[in-house]
Amino acid sequence: MQQLSEKEKNRQISREAITSVLLYFAFFLWWYFTGYGIAESGTPETYTYIFGLPMWFFLSCIVGYVLFCVASIFVVRLVFKNFDLGSEVEE
Amino acid sequence: MTSYQSILISVVITYLCLNLFIGLLISRRQSHGATSRGFVNDYYIGGRSMGGLVLAMTLIATFTSASSFIGGPGIAAAKGLAWVYLAMIQVPTAFIILAILGKKFALISRKTGAVTVTDFLRARYRSKAVVLISSLCLVLFFLAQMMSQFIGGAVLFQTITGLDYVYGLLLFGVVVILYTSIGGFKAVVTTDTIQGLVMVLGSIILLATIVYQAGGFESLTTRLHVVTPNYADITAGGTISKSWLMSFWVLVGVGVLGLPQTAVRGMGFTDTKALHAAIIYGTIVIGFLMLVMHISGVFAPAVIDMETLKSTDYLIPTIVTRYMNPVVAGLFIAAPLAAVMSTVSSLLILASAAIIKDLYLNYLVSEEKRHEKKFTQKLPAVSRLTTAFLGILVILFAITPPDLIVWINLFAMGGLECAFFAPIIFGLYWRRANATGAILSIIGGIGSYLTIQYSSWTLSGTHTIVPSMIIAVVSFVVGSWLSKPPEKEVEELFFGE
Repeated sequence: MQQLSEKEKNRQISREAITSVLLYFAFFLWWYFTGYGIAESGTPETYTYIFGLPMWFFLSCIVGYVLFCVASIFVVRLVFKNFDLGSEVEE
Repeated sequence: MTSYQSILISVVITYLCLNLFIGLLISRRQSHGATSRGFVNDYYIGGRSMGGLVLAMTLIATFTSASSFIGGPGIAAAKGLAWVYLAMIQVPTAFIILAILGKKFALISRKTGAVTVTDFLRARYRSKAVVLISSLCLVLFFLAQMMSQFIGGAVLFQTITGLDYVYGLLLFGVVVILYTSIGGFKAVVTTDTIQGLVMVLGSIILLATIVYQAGGFESLTTRLHVVTPNYADITAGGTISKSWLMSFWVLVGVGVLGLPQTAVRGMGFTDTKALHAAIIYGTIVIGFLMLVMHISGVFAPAVIDMETLKSTDYLIPTIVTRYMNPVVAGLFIAAPLAAVMSTVSSLLILASAAIIKDLYLNYLVSEEKRHEKKFTQKLPAVSRLTTAFLGILVILFAITPPDLIVWINLFAMGGLECAFFAPIIFGLYWRRANATGAILSIIGGIGSYLTIQYSSWTLSGTHTIVPSMIIAVVSFVVGSWLSKPPEKEVEELFFGE
């Protein structure tokens, strides 16, 4: 575990927060464009189906879910840092 | 009672007893500090000892409520994959809550001794008004939400077992109240973990039953094309508008950052390793549950004739009684009951904390008295009785729901989000945030949510949460800018520079 000063801890927390917001937004874009993006360019009759599920659903909800799990593992490993959270205040 | 019923009920009762036993066991093992701080810290935040798995499961179990297990799949059957698409907005929710709130809350709550979200608001804004308004909102909204959870669970219990509504309610109501009031936060999160695992198991049982009854996946989807031709339509046959569906990015997405019951979990974990593990477990489990439960709903019309159901709420009970053998059915029913109990227990302990910690200890007990031995010895009993009292009140509400509470429940989730989102997020990440901003935001947010809900106005077809959240955020920023910046010490405490 790294020894960080109070200032460094807060910097690190901000960095993690910004990365997380970016990843959250990236999932939103994936969900939107594979979902509405594909679904709105056709009709249920013209959709491509994978295992009986329309392509828009398969990509946005199933592939999207798996990708987000993988991405969150990477982000936690690469960006998030372990540090001491400090001790409980004395009364 | 038929043998089917008695087997099913014994499985459910065994499961409830298991929860009770574990909850009580935890309370015996808890070390009770000699000071009031020691007890409060143990009882209301479990001595900040949660590991990764427990943190992930309690977070999910708390916000996965009766509706995800009963109402949700039923609506999915009627609306098709569009409803699953909506539910999957929650995939990154556990991630964003833990990543944004976790470490910041952990550092600050240790420095200030905070065990509730209101403690944090009190330390950050140093305003009696903020503490009073926020704890009152919390108690009111939570009472309403707990009541609706109990009603959901009891109706399900009645539909499946055929036993009277009140018996089911008393059965799991008493179990939840006992382990929550005696064992406190630690009993809540430990039982949440078991309940979360039961929910995962339940969702698998449900999906497997439907696919098996339909004669395999291929014949299932072929049949769906015939019985629900709209299932692949992202607008559900023109009944779900895009702007309305997108609003759920606020209601079950970023807005969840403002729910005190999820936010408080950021104060309860043991170290950063636990948090990192919880982010990963939480993300995997929440997406799995949402996908499996809702897609089961979409698939259900292949094995159930929807026309014969009284309402979509009867879908899940009908599948259970028609296709599951009593042992499997009992195991499955444990899942929605788990969803109910885990949500109620978390709200109950927080409502009790709001009364004991945020109101009673802060404003009704003098500083000297808090250190007297007589007082610290009495505090555990007072806290437990308060928790039990609130629980009994909710059971009474669920037996004959008062109009006022039913009405409050209509906007409880959105109201909580509007009230707490800006004060929490800006308080943690914006130095300039101050009490004026917080008060304006809470009043403006809840006020606009109520007003907009009752007018026919919508912001281009979005859910009420979208315009109200915008108003809450804008009021916060404007209010903070128009008044003095926070004191130097507050800034040092919260931002370390």
